[in-house]
Formats: sequence, structure tokens, C-alpha cells
Amino acid sequence: MSSKEKTWKEISIAGVPSKSSIGFMTGDWKTYMPVRDLEKCTVCLTCVMFCPEGAIKYRPEMGKIEFDFSFCKGCGICANECPTKAITMKMPEE
Amino acid sequence: MTTQQIKQEIVAMNGDEAVALAVKQCDVDVVAAYPITPQTIIVEKFSEYVANGEVQTEFVCTESEHSAMTACLAAAATGARTFTASASAGLALMHEMLFVTSGSRAPVVMAVANRALSSPLNIHGDHSDSMAERDSGWIQIYVENAQEAYDSIIQAFRIAEDIEVSLPIIVGLDGFTISHTLERTDVLPEETVKKFVGERKFPMVLNHEGKTVPFKLDPENPMLMGPNVSPNYYFEFKRQQEEAMRNALKKIQEINTEYAKLSGRSYGNGLVDAYKLDDAEIAILVVGSTAGTLKVIVDQLRQEGVKAGLLRLRTFRPFPVEDLKNTLKNVKILAVMDKSMSPGSLGAAVFNEVRNALYDLKQRPTVVNYIFGLGGRDSSPRDLKRIYEDLIRLAKTGQTESVHYLGLRE
Amino acid sequence: MTTQEWKFTAKEIAQKPDLFLSGHRACAGCGPAAALRLIMKATRGPTIVTQATGCMEIVGSIYPYTSWALPWLHTAFENAAANASGIEAALKILSKKGKIKQEHIDVIALAGDGGTIDIGLQALSGAVERGHDFLFILYDNEGYMNTGIQRSGGTPTGAATTTTPAGSVNPGKLEKKKPITEIMLAHEMEYVATATPYYWKDMLTKVRKGLEVDGPAFLHVFAPCPRGWRSEPARTMEYSKLSVESCMFPIWEAVNGKRQLSTPSKLIALAPQKKKPVKAYLEGQGRFRHLFTPQNSHILDEIQRNTDERWNRLLQKCEPA
Repeated sequence: MSSKEKTWKEISIAGVPSKSSIGFMTGDWKTYMPVRDLEKCTVCLTCVMFCPEGAIKYRPEMGKIEFDFSFCKGCGICANECPTKAITMKMPEE
Repeated sequence: MTTQQIKQEIVAMNGDEAVALAVKQCDVDVVAAYPITPQTIIVEKFSEYVANGEVQTEFVCTESEHSAMTACLAAAATGARTFTASASAGLALMHEMLFVTSGSRAPVVMAVANRALSSPLNIHGDHSDSMAERDSGWIQIYVENAQEAYDSIIQAFRIAEDIEVSLPIIVGLDGFTISHTLERTDVLPEETVKKFVGERKFPMVLNHEGKTVPFKLDPENPMLMGPNVSPNYYFEFKRQQEEAMRNALKKIQEINTEYAKLSGRSYGNGLVDAYKLDDAEIAILVVGSTAGTLKVIVDQLRQEGVKAGLLRLRTFRPFPVEDLKNTLKNVKILAVMDKSMSPGSLGAAVFNEVRNALYDLKQRPTVVNYIFGLGGRDSSPRDLKRIYEDLIRLAKTGQTESVHYLGLRE
Repeated sequence: MTTQEWKFTAKEIAQKPDLFLSGHRACAGCGPAAALRLIMKATRGPTIVTQATGCMEIVGSIYPYTSWALPWLHTAFENAAANASGIEAALKILSKKGKIKQEHIDVIALAGDGGTIDIGLQALSGAVERGHDFLFILYDNEGYMNTGIQRSGGTPTGAATTTTPAGSVNPGKLEKKKPITEIMLAHEMEYVATATPYYWKDMLTKVRKGLEVDGPAFLHVFAPCPRGWRSEPARTMEYSKLSVESCMFPIWEAVNGKRQLSTPSKLIALAPQKKKPVKAYLEGQGRFRHLFTPQNSHILDEIQRNTDERWNRLLQKCEPA
């Protein structure tokens, strides 16, 4: 978001957006954040599938999953659906 | 190049058929339409072309006018050249989408066979349907006869698709009077027309990948059309539309001149068509086919020594303020004829806009309004001559009522 | 319809780049957002998406940001299907005229239950009748959620919404949920199906099947809305599962009118003891809380009865396994 807003001459017609939403970090919405127990995680990828934000990434080269906290809204679906209960929702350590 | 070099075919057609033929010749990609009197002949004639394989056009018979306008907008967004036609209630049903189409800067061309709005239901010609859409951001050109309908549809694609314009355009033809009346029309060869309209070009926009891409839906260069914007931005997009309208004032004139070279036909300067106005003391300003009858009246009056004149307003949007000021500044009394009404307002749409345009002149004509022809009521030459007689009387006696109803039984 | 089944693994899907990008402004735990993200994984090549006004349309298109990594069009509320008609017609003719370089571009129309069942029904019915080649996906969260949780034709009986609140006289919505998929089936399309994001493999397969149809296809996706339903955001997928297990939202597909239950619902048909009571699905949803009082318990019974009736009718209409 720019500090100086553009004039009508400077923006594309008809409201065509010029920024991808991956530049808009929704991660600051969350109250709770997911914490993962690596021992219990079987890399079944259920959490990767169910995350509405796409904030859980599968890293095949590392053989594990990774949370992207810049987009995680803390909904808790991953924790609720994990078959091995490897994820718990916790308040971020302040 | 003289016009004698291009041989034009003489065809007897009514206004609707002339529109359909023009669309056929312009290599239109998608036609999405819904039938409504008196536009039906346009879609029927075009359907014949489709059925006989005479056009390379996808013809979509939508289930309503709202969907017709939507489909045209979506097709235009995908890169197609699009056309539709409607009238009266159909145009009114499209109302929401007219604003969306102009806001989305889609160069859709629409023929409107101007017809009265319900209620009561009336299928005959007046301008209430498209006058009600004057805020919609569409360019509006009104024609005098079937020949001009044919010529204007061809010009419309060029005007709308011009990169500096990129606005949708309505070509209005009087319901039944033009749409259903057989006239002689001179038709250009299809190749000439195709060359004149050319290929559609696209404005460039900045997309979310940081690339400058053509303004259309293309998986190769993705972009989003139809976002939601906050109060922080909406105003700017509307100002862009206003700028496009200002550009259209120039372009309509340029294209009128360019087309005249091919066809030998020019309509004033494209915006206004003045008839015996140079030294006129009394004049009428009118939109549409009534101008034809009025020209005969003006000739008669001139024979009688009356300095009468006529201005046919061809382009209503964008409103040609400067041209009106220049052509009307020496007229003493001007009657503006309106084939629509705005109940509760002082006079109707054209009257209001003309009076407003002339307001800044140091010396300005007295402007009065004649509302006429609502619901297709005919005005005879006798009735129309009466207006000029009123104006002569007004010049002598002074102020009269601003708004008159011509032919109303009171 | 191609008989070639699209085979995929969770790993492949997980690694496929998102087309519905992170950074969208949906509520935490949004069912439709989760469903949409998954649905976009089932695209098979160049795709254009068009959407009706609604939650999913708004959250992904807040100027100057876009969450869509493909060409996307929004015009108005009631005309997603008419948009799709126009896009498809343009692609068809421009392709014929040699102006499109891609061999085929899929068209997906997305709309909520408001933009499909109520205001969108005319455009949808017309587009299907004309046979345009597109896939229409209805994401059903049972209300006009974007404008503040008002009732729609898709809101079920007994649900409290802001226009059918649970008051002292009326216990939420009195009318039934409009059976939109039955209506779409009657249009005699090649492919009509229902799905829900908990069973994501099933849902993705159905999206792909819908895309492969040469003509119109309709997919009804049931996606819980924690904000509108006043349920726990963390339980969104759980409710998606319960809707199938309680038979409130059975999942099936109909190829040329021949209907077959999909595996999750089939398992219940084969083992009826697995069928959960509707109470298990309804409890925990704030919009049904008023039903769990003594004076409204008869409504709970009615919901159970109607659900059982619809389920049994469905079993009769389906082809044997």
C-alpha cells in the first residue's frame, strides 16, 4: 500500500488490480497459531489440503510440511483435522 | 479518392434491416440478443444470415435482455467484437448492466429501436427508453433515417473500439418510423466496410504480475476485470470514463469525415447537423427522424421570407456543448423538441441539456421546450409548422411558457 | 464424456501452485475459501473464471489486490452463467477465426447459493438450455453471507438468519431448502454432481469430470460458513463431513441422468448403522441453537424425518452400486 495515492491518470482503466494478494499478509489476523509436533506428523498432507489460506506448504525436498505464518489466520482447521493430533493451537509466545 | 470510385449497391430496406446488414458487414464476433418490438427485424434478419452461413458470428439467443447485455460484455471482455439490439422495456431491463458495461470499458455496440416505456404498454416510437439511460456512460447517437442507421452502425464500431474511447455505444433509431419504414439505402461493398472497421485493438493495463498486458481475458496474460473498490478509488475510475467521453467528441467527428470519403455521406460534423442556421432568427433543435419533416417546413418558411433554421442533434452523449454554442449563438428563439418526458421536471432531457449548454453565452437565445410524439403519436407537417409560428409570435410578444405539449388533447 | 479417469496423489496436488492465492480476505475457517482453493487445483489447462457477486468474489478482488492467478471476470450478481455464455461464445468464434492461440480454454462459473438458487436461476437455466461448454460450480453456504447472513432459497428449514431470526413466534426459516440439483438434473445435462470439501479427492475428481464435459456441467459444493452458521471455525471441515454422514447433504454424481452415490454416501447406504442422526450435525451451529429447546424439539424431529425421506427417495433414484 503506497503512502501517496495515484491520480486517475496513473491507474489502469476499469479497476484492473496491479498487485497480487500474496503481498497482503493476513497473518496478523490470528489469535492462536498452530504448533506442530514433528514426532506425530506422518506428512499425510491433510492439513495442506484443508487450509483455506494455502498457508501450509508441502516441502518434498525436506520431507515435511511448513506453516506460512504470514497468511495463517489461526482458524484451527488443521489442528481439528490432523489424524494423529500432531497440531495444537497455542497463543503466540509474547 | 472520390466516392465515384466505390460502387454502392442500392437496396430497399427498413431501418432494422439496414442495421442487420451493417452488422453483417462489420465482421462482428458475437451477437447476443433478445427480441422486442420494434427491434425484432434486426435479430430476425441477422438470424437468417447466420442460418445461411453468411456471417462468421456466434449468435446467442439469450433468455432475457439482462443476460444479452451480460453476454455481450463478457464476450467483449474476452476480446470479441459484439453487438446487440433492444428497445423500451428490454433496454430498461438491461439498466444495471449498462452501467457495468461502460464502467468495464467494453466497446459493445447496441442498436436501440427507440420505443416508449410502460406503463401503459405502448409499442410505438419515442425516446423515453434511451433518454432514461443518459447517465449510463454510453455514447448515444440518434439517426434520421435508415441510411444513417446503416452508416452509423459501421461508424459505431470504430468509435467504440478506439483505444482512447473504449466505451459502449447506442445507435438510436425511431421505433417504427425508421425501424419499419422501407427506404432507399446505398450500401457499401463488404470489403470496404471490413477494411474501414479493421481489427479490434486493446488498451494496455498493468496486471498483478507487474506486466503490461492487453485489456482482455487471456490465460497467457491474466488480469482481473470487475473488482470491488473502496471510496478511495471509485471516483478516479469514473473520471477516466469522463475523459473517454471527451475523447469521443473528437473521434466521432474524425470518423464522420473519414467515412464521408468512402461513402460520400456526412452527417453535419458528426455531432450536430445544422440546416439553414447561419442567419436563422428562429430555430428548432430536434433529435431523430422528425428532422426530415422539419427540413421541408424550413424550406417552405424560407420561401415565405422567414429566417427559420433547424439543428438536428445527432450525438446526445457526449453532449456537444461547444458545437451548440457556435451554431446557435445568433438564434433569437430556439424551440427544443423532446420525444420523452421527465415528470416533475421543468421540461425534458434534451431541453434541459441544451438550455444548460447555452447558459454561459453572453448573448443567448430564448429556449422553449416542445414535448411531442410520446407513445408514437405522429406530428403532421401542419403541427410542426405551428411551432415556428409560435416562435415568430414569441419573438414579437415576449415571454411565454417554457414547456409546451404538441398535439396533446387538453 | 471421457472415460479416462484423472489419477492424482495428495503429494501432486499439494505441490501444484495455487490459482486462488493466499492473502484473500475470507474469514478464518471459511469453507468456501477452502473449497475454492482445492477446486482450482483441478483445472487442467488454460482456464477463465467468472464469478457472481458474493463472498468469494469480494474476498479475492479487493482493489488493488487480486487473489486470482488466472483471467477472471465479475460483472453482477445474477449473471455468472450469462458471463460464462458470453466468454464461451467469444472463445468459440475467435478460435474459429484463428485469433486464439490456445487449443482449448476451460470456462468455470462460480456463484454462491444466492447467485445460483435465487437471483441467478434464470441465467443458469438459460445458459444450460443453450448448451454452452462451461462448468458451473455452486458453493453453497446456505445464506446470503456476504451481505450479512440473510436467508436464501438454499437456507435449510429451521435455520436462524438475519431475515429469518429465531423469534418468539417463528423458529427460524419456515420454508424448505430449494432442491437446486434436482432442478439442474431436470435440464438433462451430461453431468450433475454434489460434493463437499472434506472429501476433497471426490470433489476434485468431480471438478475435472465437469470440465471434461463438452457442454454444460453443474457441481453443487456444500461449504460450511462458520461466521454465518455461528460455528467453530476449526470445525468447518468436520461439519462438511457430518453433512454427508447425517445424510443432510448426500454426495453423488449423475452422468447423463444416471445417478450414482459417491463412496462416502454409498458407505452409509450399504451400512445404515453408520448414518448419524441430524442432531450430531446441527448441534454446535449457533443458527440451530434455538431448536435445542423443549418447545422446538418437534422441529428437530421434523428435520430428521424430512432428511430420512429425502435420503430414501434418493436411494430409490440412484443406480445400484
